[in-house]
Amino acid sequence: MRLLQWVILLLVAGVAPAVVLSRDPKSQVVTLSFYGLICALMFFIFQAPDVALSQITIGAVMLPLMIMLALTKMRRQNLRREREGKK
Amino acid sequence: MSSRTRTVFFLCSAAALAFVFAWGIRDLPPLGDYRGPYGNAVTQVAVYERHATDVVNAINYDYRAFDTLGEEFIFFASVLGVLLLFRPAGEEDKDGKRETKSEDTLPISDTLRVSMQAMVGIMIVFGVYIATHGQLTPGGGFQGGVILASAPLVVYLSGNVKTFEAIVSSPLVKLAECGGAAGYAAIGTAALLFGAHFLTNIVPLGTTGDLFSSGTIAVISAVVGMEIAGGFVLLMQSYLREIIEERLKREQ
Repeated sequence: MRLLQWVILLLVAGVAPAVVLSRDPKSQVVTLSFYGLICALMFFIFQAPDVALSQITIGAVMLPLMIMLALTKMRRQNLRREREGKK
Repeated sequence: MSSRTRTVFFLCSAAALAFVFAWGIRDLPPLGDYRGPYGNAVTQVAVYERHATDVVNAINYDYRAFDTLGEEFIFFASVLGVLLLFRPAGEEDKDGKRETKSEDTLPISDTLRVSMQAMVGIMIVFGVYIATHGQLTPGGGFQGGVILASAPLVVYLSGNVKTFEAIVSSPLVKLAECGGAAGYAAIGTAALLFGAHFLTNIVPLGTTGDLFSSGTIAVISAVVGMEIAGGFVLLMQSYLREIIEERLKREQ
């Protein structure tokens, strides 16, 4: 158990910089989702299943989804603006 | 600021942060050492007082239900805010529709399509299970609601835009969102009618371990599940509205 806790803590520490260091927003969303999953696993190993479930649903699914949707929205707005600029 | 000064600045502040962090961690109590009197008290009495085996939800939906009500309305207000910001613009995009044809038309693989459509049913059952068993096992309305809300998203990802549009534009979604928020407040107010304080647990508690036990905890959990599911589906709909309209046009 002790070993598992150390492993998961190291994993969290390893994945967090990966989120910060990925420069492209799209790949950042994917790493963020993975980070959310790892965090959920950490909560589960530290015996907080309720928090783990919330973390999976919010950190690993909804937050990346909202960022992804916002990126799509922004890209479409930029496209539209470019078109209007050309006219 | 040049990239060199930025790096130096970052390294200095990172070192300072690491120092303060290590300093703080040195005096941290060991894992499992808990000195708060309320936590111990609540874990002792929750099962007897409220007949709920998941103490976390007994706290969330009963002992501190008023705070959770506030959180619910934070969520409600932010969904309203997004809907207001992304309301249909009307005239603006009428002329530009023809030109956006080339983007995001990646074909979806059959494997993905079939496996995702098979997942939808499981997700809905699992979401309802999590939302209604909050008083017994880890989970509860919030988590269950998010799982329920991601079911239509899976429909969308499997390329079935027509079904997605039918689900999200159904009036039931708005009803769930508003009814969920109003229901929580109504359960709280109902206690006043019985001469108790706001959000007092007035429903009969039932047998510990049964699905219909723990009084208002189970009811509030289900109502919260409704609200969260409706809210997230509304959010997805408002973000994806234009894309859906275009895709439907293309499919015709």
